[in-house]
This record gives sequence, C-alpha cells and structure tokens, in this order.
Amino acid sequence: MRILMFGWEFPPHVSGGLGTACFGITKALVALGHRISFVVPGWPGEDFPSHVELISAPAIPMRAENIDAPDIFSGLQIRLINSALRPYLNDGQYEKQRRQSDLPLDEKDWMEKEVSRVFRASGPYGPDLIAEVMRYARAAGVIAADQSFDVIHAHDWMTVFAGLYAKEASGKPLVLHIHSLEFDRSGENVNQDIFYLERCGMVLCDHVIAVSNYTKNLIIKHYGIDPDKISVVHNAVSRREAPRVYHWEKDPDKKVVLFLGRITFQKGPDYFVDAAARVLKEFPEITFVMAGAGDMMSRMIERVAELHIGGNFHFTGFLQAAEVERIFSMSDMYVMPSVSEPFGISSLEAMVYDVPVIISRQSGAAEILDHVLKVDFWDVDEIANKIIAILRHPSLAEEIVERSREQLRSVHWEKAAEKIVAVYRLMLH
Amino acid sequence: MPSICLLFHVNKPRWLKHYTFFDIDHDHVYEDSERNIENLNTSAEKCYLPANRIMLDLIKRYKGDFRVAFSITGVLLDQLEKYRVDVLESFKRLADTGCVEFVGETYYHSLAYLYSVREFREQVMLHGKKIKTLFGQTPRTLRHTELIYNSALAKYAEKMGYHVIVAEGADKILGWRSPNYVYRPSGCKTLKLLLRNHRLSDDIAFHFSDPKWSEHPFAADKYANWIQSMNDTGDVINLFMNYETFGEHQADETGILDFLRRLPREILAHPDFRFQTPLEIAGNCTPADELDVDDYISWADAERDLEARLGNALQKDAIAALYSMESKVRRRKEAIFLHTWRMLQASDHFFYMRTKGLADGDVHKQSNPYGSPYDAYINYMNIIDDFSGYLGKKEVRN
Repeated sequence: MRILMFGWEFPPHVSGGLGTACFGITKALVALGHRISFVVPGWPGEDFPSHVELISAPAIPMRAENIDAPDIFSGLQIRLINSALRPYLNDGQYEKQRRQSDLPLDEKDWMEKEVSRVFRASGPYGPDLIAEVMRYARAAGVIAADQSFDVIHAHDWMTVFAGLYAKEASGKPLVLHIHSLEFDRSGENVNQDIFYLERCGMVLCDHVIAVSNYTKNLIIKHYGIDPDKISVVHNAVSRREAPRVYHWEKDPDKKVVLFLGRITFQKGPDYFVDAAARVLKEFPEITFVMAGAGDMMSRMIERVAELHIGGNFHFTGFLQAAEVERIFSMSDMYVMPSVSEPFGISSLEAMVYDVPVIISRQSGAAEILDHVLKVDFWDVDEIANKIIAILRHPSLAEEIVERSREQLRSVHWEKAAEKIVAVYRLMLH
Repeated sequence: MPSICLLFHVNKPRWLKHYTFFDIDHDHVYEDSERNIENLNTSAEKCYLPANRIMLDLIKRYKGDFRVAFSITGVLLDQLEKYRVDVLESFKRLADTGCVEFVGETYYHSLAYLYSVREFREQVMLHGKKIKTLFGQTPRTLRHTELIYNSALAKYAEKMGYHVIVAEGADKILGWRSPNYVYRPSGCKTLKLLLRNHRLSDDIAFHFSDPKWSEHPFAADKYANWIQSMNDTGDVINLFMNYETFGEHQADETGILDFLRRLPREILAHPDFRFQTPLEIAGNCTPADELDVDDYISWADAERDLEARLGNALQKDAIAALYSMESKVRRRKEAIFLHTWRMLQASDHFFYMRTKGLADGDVHKQSNPYGSPYDAYINYMNIIDDFSGYLGKKEVRN
C-alpha cells in the first residue's frame, strides 16, 4: 500500500513522543512492505541525519517545489515543507522562530481570511501559528495532487487541515491518528480553536486511531465522536540496537529517581516535586532529577527552593537523545505522574533500560503494562510510598525489571503497524 | 461400587487495609474490618446460607445417602461467631445430621508447614479444638491449605493421628494411574490418601458458567452421565472445590445452585453409586497402590506446584520476613501478637503477589483487594515492618 503521511516531527528533531511514535510506526509499516511519503514541516538546512539529504528546497506551499529527502530507510521518503511549525510551540516561540527564519509571507492575505473565518484570533497559540497550520495544509494539497497513494494518514491537530486538503485533492480516505488532545495538554483551559480543529478533523476524516482507550474515551466524551469510528492502536518501543554503554555508571549507594518529560501542566511535575520532598524527609540521601524543559520549569525551581530540597533535586534542562540514554542508565526508577497522558512512550523507554517505572493511572500506557507501579497522579503520599518501596526492597525492583523484560517482548511496533494496516483495509475494502 | 466424595473448602480471605510507609509506627491495625464484614455478608447471602439450605434438604431427602464434607478455616469460624451466627447455626444443623464430616486444616489458612512445622502443628491442633467445640467432631482427615502435599507431610499427618489426607490428583504424580482409587502414601502404615479428580471438579468450579466451554450449557443429568460412565473404573470420585463456587464465584443466575440441588438425584438414580465422606471411603477401601511424592504439589495452576504462592522473589521475600519473626513473636507471649502474626500467614496474601501465570486466576480476580501484585507486596511489607517494630516495643497500648 502507498501511504501519504503527515507529521510534525521526525527524528532527530524530537521534542516529544510524537516523533518517536512516527519513527516506529513508519519503520514497521515499511517492514511490512508498504511505501510511505512522510511530509513534515522543517527548515531547509536543518540537520537531518547524514543518511537524509535534502534534494530540493521549498519556498512556500502555493508554489512549492517540495523537498524530497532520500530514504531514511528503504520505502520511506521524507518530504519537508518549509515551515516553523513545531509540535509543542506556543505562540511566542513561534513568532521568534518565524522572524529568525525569514519566512516569506506573500500568502498572508488568503490565510488571514481563511483563519478569521474559522478561528478567533486568540489563545496561547495565536493567529500566526494557526495560519501556519493552514499554510502547511495548502502545501499538503499540492503534494497530494502530484502524488499517487492509496490512503492518507495524518498525526494530531496540526496536520488536520493538511490531511483534509489532501483528501479533497485526491479523494482518498483519511485516517487521523490522535497522539494527544488539547484536553491532555491544557486541562480545563482548553484552547477553543485547537479543540475546534481537532473535532473538525475527527468529524471529517474517515477513521480515527487513538493511542489508548484512555484517549478514545476522551474523544467520545469531549468531542462526541462515534465510538465505532475510533480504533485503538497502542504505541510501542524500539529495541536498542547498541549495547548498554552507561550501565556501569549506576552507583548502588546513590539512588536516583527520575522525572523526564516536558515540564508542563500535563506531565504533573508539581506532584513529582512534592513526592520528592515527602521521600527526602525520610531518606535524605536520595537524588531526584527533573529532566526536560517547559513553561512550568521556573515555578518548579521555586517550589524546590521553597521546600528546601535543592541539595538533592536537580534540573537538567532539555536533553538530547544521547543524554536521555545516559540519564535513564543512571536512574533507579522512573516516575511519570502525568495528569492526562494519552500514552507515555517514555515509560516504555525506561523499561528498555531496566528502570522500574511508576506511572499515573491517568495514562494510556497503564492499560497495557502489568509490571509497573500505578498511582493516581494527585496522590502524592502514594507516589512517595511507592518510590520508598522500590528504594527499600531490592527484590521488588528485580521482579519488576525481570517481568518488564518479558512483557516488552510482546510490545513492538510491528504489532501496532499491523493494526494500522487493518484500519487502512477497512477504509479501502 | 464407586462413591462420590464431596469436599467443600470454606474460607474468606481477610483483606489488609491500604497501608503506606507513612503509617509505619503510627498505626498497628492492619485489617480492613469494614470491608471484611462486607465480604463476609456477601458470601453469607450468596453462598453459605442458600447452599447450606440445599445441603440440609438433600441430606433429609436422601436419608443418609447424601453425605458431604467441609473444611472450614478457623478464621472464618471466628468471623461467623462474631458477625454471622445464622450461618454458623446452619453449619451446626448440618453437623447434627450425622451425614457431614468436618476436615482438619490450619486455623489461619496458612502455609506454615513449609516454614515452621511447630507452627503448623499448633494451628492444626487449634483448628481441631475449634471444630470439636462447635460441631462435636474431632477431625480425622487432613487437608493442607491449597491442597499442598508431599510424602513427608503425609508421614507427619499420620504421626499426628490422622486417618486420611487429601491432595490434588496431579497428573505428574499419578502418571498412568487414576485419581479414582484410594492410595497409600509411601512411608505410611495406616494413612490413606484421597486425590482430587481435577477434571470433574473443575468442570463445576471453573467451567460451569463459561459460555465458551464446549459443554455449555451444562446440566446435572449430563454430569451424572459422565460420572456414571466411570462405573468399574475406580472406587471413588473426589470432587473437591471451594464452597463459594456455589452462588458467589458463579452467581445463582448461572444455575449453579440448581445444579447442586439436582445432582444427587441424577447420580443416585444409578444404584451402584453413593455419596460418602473422606473418612468413610478410607474405612471402606483398601489402597490400590503406594504413591511416593517428593516435590510439593498443590491444586494451583496447570503446573500444580507452589509457584502461584511462593514462586517469585516478592513472595519468597515476604514470607521469609514473616517467619523470621517467629521466635520474637513467641517470646512476647501475648495473644494479640501471636494472633496478628498468624493472621499475616494467610496464603492469600502471597497469592495476591503472583506476577505470572494468571490464566486460572480469573476466579480470584473478583476478590483481589489489590490492583497489582506489586501493590500487594508493598502493602504487606509496610505492615510487616510496622509489626516488627511493634513487637520490639515494651508496652502495648490497645
């Protein structure tokens, strides 16, 4: 099957689970014999891995010379669209990037019209970001018109219009893959524009794929989508091909408890800090690490200072892939206290590094993982209780790690890809 | 003339309450009493009362041709005395018929034999006394918790004066032999061994209400036909199962209580068949063969070994921590400590910590207080920690 796929990010430019998931899904789909054109916003000159070379550069979509990159792996073709879109940008960051990049704005007129028709020009993402989404969408229409493919597969809200344009231009079915919802990212302070866009996509597409039952239920409850239109395909994790380089670094006398993720409302960093304070009162020699960056970071630093635990609590800032590997290898457990987590691939990554995992019940990964400790994100005492249990009972950590290894054998992207193909076939029958 | 031997195990696991690290040294009450009373009431209404009523009716109707055996744990009897005298009375009425045998076991549904023979002995004797007091019988048949068995245990049971011991008719100990005969445990002179016919027992206990089972829906006459077709192929068919099978694990709506009501009529329709209790069967049958069992067997999982309760690192760690306190507990010489320690011995606590082989765990799922085996372990270890510290304290304030 030939698949036209729209994404936001692709390794190595990964700021969250979406890029990792797209990599795993595309690789497995290609292994099953399918061919994919992967369209992703990016800047010419942005360094893709050495085995990806940009063939041509785009200007703006309406007169796009599309950028084709050679295969990352055989069967996958990466196409870049000149755009500042990044999955987790807020409007301020977008403005900054746009200015830095001399993005041509000739098309601004039609966009403004279209955008003002659809969106209120407000909210954290702002009209420019939404406009950029529209521009990306127009480019999609151009690509769709000159490509031949059987099915369109779009990932999350930024590619909704791209998917819809491509569907309109080609008449092919559109599958919308939901990795995260505005409800997850913003809690009660939902951006109505994004919400509208997400809903619009799910209503107009041919089928929705949700990364968990948790997400499926949110879609049914908050977006009013027919349950029969939604299939659940759980995420997976790629095996590490390289041997564990950093394993030896673990110091048995120095226990490290890790939080890794965007430091935002969604990820529950405040519950982690409070649990750390609770644990440190009993075990003052433990080290807590908060890896990642985000809009709640300065608040978390203040909170750590307030609680007088700064001596045992470290912030690393945003980590590159190699550093992520290193921090997992150094950690004695991984805590993911997400308030609302569609899936949470990082919990699987921790398991790959033989790190025991504590995750919130409000996460999609909790549905498929039997050998992790599960907590309610708000239950700080229980998070602390479980952290302490892993610290105190070596047999607990050993049992979790051993069983996790067993379970990981049945969690792989090929299984996810097979389910996705089944959805395609349903659309094409 | 084959006999049907019904042995129902009656026990209600007592749940521990949610106990975190931060409760240690602050809270010495471990049980979730409210929940336990609730669970007891559920079993009483759904199973114990209606099933006992059926048993009494059957015994009266068949005037001695229907007989049955119960193994009821001491902890359950305590709970009944305290909260459900009506249920206890209904068991007493069954005892009064003379058609019911009460079987011996550990008082606290314990695995003590594996860790402390002294503790095992004390608990079994304590249980025997309780049965004698309540039902006027001294148990002569021994059933180890979870049907755990080996030849050494059989020898010990004989030494303690038991006439019969029951065990799982595991294929791996029987080989080509049939569970439908009485056996002699190797090394024993008088003790007789009855083996559970697991296929026919599980048809009732597990498969009965399973709509995916090839024999579903399942009626008493069909079952009786199967049993009757086994005429001439043995002396006894041992049907051992949890009593809660009837009305609780399988709800009344599945027809299970009706099945129980009809089964004796269907079986007794064939003149060669009768119901007998373990002690009666042992008295009437000579052993067909000697059985030597070195490794422990039990009635759990497809492997019929100890894996379900003592298979993983968590379970071994937890039970080792528990029994390492024995001498400290005994030195305290205070009933409250001994009782608490014994309460923590219940096999169920370790069952909740199993991390693999969940295939036949479905029946237990509905009565598991924990979301995961790890939660079970963490909770238990926090309690063990508190209890250990509490033991060391000089003064006890209740």
